[in-house]
Amino acid sequence: MEIMQIVGLGIIATILIVILKESRPEFAVLLSIVTGVIIFLLIVPQLVYVVDTISSLSSRANVDISYFNTIVKIIGMAYLVEFASQISRDAGQDSIAMKIELGGKVLIMVLAIPILLALMDLIIKILP
Amino acid sequence: MDVDLIFKIAGIGMVAAILHMVLEKSGKQEYAYLTTLVGVIIVLGVVINLVSQLFSDIKVLFRLY
Repeated sequence: MEIMQIVGLGIIATILIVILKESRPEFAVLLSIVTGVIIFLLIVPQLVYVVDTISSLSSRANVDISYFNTIVKIIGMAYLVEFASQISRDAGQDSIAMKIELGGKVLIMVLAIPILLALMDLIIKILP
Repeated sequence: MDVDLIFKIAGIGMVAAILHMVLEKSGKQEYAYLTTLVGVIIVLGVVINLVSQLFSDIKVLFRLY
């Protein structure tokens, strides 16, 4: 069961990080990065399954596939931004975390604009 | 994924910390700093490989290309 592995891994890594924190803090940050990456790589197969089923559902409901791709892209970017900003926040660099989040928001906004335009066209068409 | 990577990195970190203390007590501050630097660089190489694999997986998974 993945969940046992993830929970056990998280606890063990936390203990190791606490040990390393006071003598060598840089190794603690590196260890937290490695733990985050390993836990994510454990759940990638399940995530692929979820995304594929949702895309097959949306294609069956003949929703425009480009909208679904944009949504999945935004979710991926949000996860990456969250991953990086949490790491730099753990290391005590809150300002860098804010900059990463700012960049992520702007890029997600750029991705969302085509959908907004399509929505506006739709609304204008509906209005008498 | 190789779960023992976490223990390897923790081991390298502890060895580097001990070496740092031993060298510092014996009066060689610069060597202590160098051994810590070498340890960090080794672990950084491993972390960069892992992160690049994560990015390629995410690129394929979330169709970010």
